[in-house]
Amino acid sequence: MDWAQLWSIVSLPDNIPIVALAVLVPFYTWYGLRQAQATDRLITQLESNPSLAQTHHRKIYPFQPGWARELQVWPYLLRVEFLAAIIVTLVLMIWSITLNAPLEEPANPNHTMNPSKAPWYFVGLQEMLVYFDPWFAGVVLPTLIVVGLMVFPYIDTNPLGVGYYTIKQRLIPLLGFGVGFLLWILLIFIGTFVRGPGWMWFWPGQTWDHTRVMYEVNHNLSDLLRITNPWLGAIAGVAAIGLFYTVTGWGIHKLVTRTRFDRKIYGRTNLLQYLTFQFFAITILVGLPAKMLLRLLFNIKYVLITPWFNI
Amino acid sequence: MESGRPDEESNIALKEKIREDWKELREDLKEPQKTQLWKSVFRVKHERADPRTRALGVLTNVFLHLHPARVNRDAVRYSYTWGMGGITFYLFIVLTFTGVLLMFYYHPTKIQAFRDILFLEHDVPFGKLLRNMHRWAAHLMIITLWLHMFRVVLTGSYKKPREFNWCVGVILLVLTLLLSFTGYLLPDDQLGFWAVTVGTNMARATPLLGSEGPLGPQLGMTPFNDVRFALLGGSIVDANALLRAYIWHCIAIPLIAGVFMGVHFWRVRKDGGISGPAPVMLESEIKPVLRR
Ligand code: HEM
Repeated sequence: MDWAQLWSIVSLPDNIPIVALAVLVPFYTWYGLRQAQATDRLITQLESNPSLAQTHHRKIYPFQPGWARELQVWPYLLRVEFLAAIIVTLVLMIWSITLNAPLEEPANPNHTMNPSKAPWYFVGLQEMLVYFDPWFAGVVLPTLIVVGLMVFPYIDTNPLGVGYYTIKQRLIPLLGFGVGFLLWILLIFIGTFVRGPGWMWFWPGQTWDHTRVMYEVNHNLSDLLRITNPWLGAIAGVAAIGLFYTVTGWGIHKLVTRTRFDRKIYGRTNLLQYLTFQFFAITILVGLPAKMLLRLLFNIKYVLITPWFNI
Repeated sequence: MESGRPDEESNIALKEKIREDWKELREDLKEPQKTQLWKSVFRVKHERADPRTRALGVLTNVFLHLHPARVNRDAVRYSYTWGMGGITFYLFIVLTFTGVLLMFYYHPTKIQAFRDILFLEHDVPFGKLLRNMHRWAAHLMIITLWLHMFRVVLTGSYKKPREFNWCVGVILLVLTLLLSFTGYLLPDDQLGFWAVTVGTNMARATPLLGSEGPLGPQLGMTPFNDVRFALLGGSIVDANALLRAYIWHCIAIPLIAGVFMGVHFWRVRKDGGISGPAPVMLESEIKPVLRR
């Protein structure tokens, strides 16, 4: 265990935000899910007792008849905002006094940094370069992520669960988002704490060896299938991808029509909405980690090879 | 000499006048809210703390008027919004402020950029603090932005009628990341140079528009006319790239992001205010879908 190596990565000033992230994300996840649990208990209670549902104020917060339903923004909201501004300023001040922004040598095109890492919030994309060609990892994938985020509200046809924390009423979309968010954070952690010189895999605490050479042989799917004809190889690749989409789509379909409630929501979804959902779910939420595993575990580089692009 | 009398009279009158004015001034100082000056600045009288005055106090103030006069009683709880949207906006303001101060000391040229950073760190009073604050506020903004999104997801706030505001949010996310990326190059050090080199090399591979992207060469793309060339103002990360990054970072993207933030806040209000905490809805209350 090379603690000095680990420390030299963790204590890089530009990596401190990741350490903050590692604390803040679990905290807020817990904070949100705790409220979701309370709401879910309330929902169960109201569903089993229709007459209570008629009279209950339907929130997890205390309420008495006669209490005002609305508060004055001044002072009740503004004082919270001012307090937040002060706290953020203080945190930022202390952070800026104790930790200096990094400054390396002047830019020098003749001296390559190794490893040369993007800032942490982009390191996820950089890590994707291991698994996909640049046109996909750097251009198509980010576009798909942005478009996927934008279409999300239009394909989530469940009318329940607007304006309160709940798991019970929104398990599927939360699962989808959760997987995506975790994947993104996982990529950041791999890119930051695992990748060393030459973007090679060094376990956290393993000493970075700048002279290490990897004798890894990457295969393509067609090699594994012992196909030498490029046309047959391409056809096999298309078939493999088609098979993957079909099987995963079937699995996802089973998942989102599992319970009676899920089937009810599915019934409200039209074909275009559903196909869009399936496309993004298969491509990003399952396809991405699947390709990562193919590469990390089986050294498979390309599934599909064509004269113009490879996947 | 006789004619001195009227003089004496006017002297007395003048003294009287000064005494009165002085008294008035002292009263004004005791109650500045009553003065013309004060009333011209603050349109609302605040002597009474009744709800109407307080509502007007918010609505007539240009900085506060994005707020409604009243909100859902539970929406002021920290536990609902986590305050992350507001904190993100506050950090944007901090970044604008510190950024403008940094601009006073920074020249976007290959000769001066790096030296300006050294100058800021070692010679400008509080220059190091200034640079640190700008740097860390940018990182913090990305963290709070993600947490803001996370909250919006957990509370289902992206759903009808807020779908469009969610999309505006996604654009803000992209713009914020682009702000960080363009800023990274500006110190003109190894860190920024190689990060931006790696980043813009990907642009080379853009399908159709990149010289090494799928179908790019077939469409006549070369390193000297593709998207990467447009981004860098050249075929390598050099002086033109620095200038372009500077202009995007300090002028174009902040302006565009500012406009989108205006739309974002406007839509929060127009979509019915903050989405909750709302009364829970039960499965039995789902209305059938209306098909047009
Ligand atoms: C520069 C970035 C952004 C700023 C300054 C910002 C600011 C805000 C503020 C102040 C609110 C009021 C409620 C709150 O504080 O939570 C809000 C609400 C909202 N934001 Fe953002 N936001 C930003 C980015 C985003 C992003 C990236 C998304 C989603 C992709 C998003 C989606 C929304 C939605 C849907 C609401 C309405 C929430 C509700 O009614 O509960 N925003 N935003």
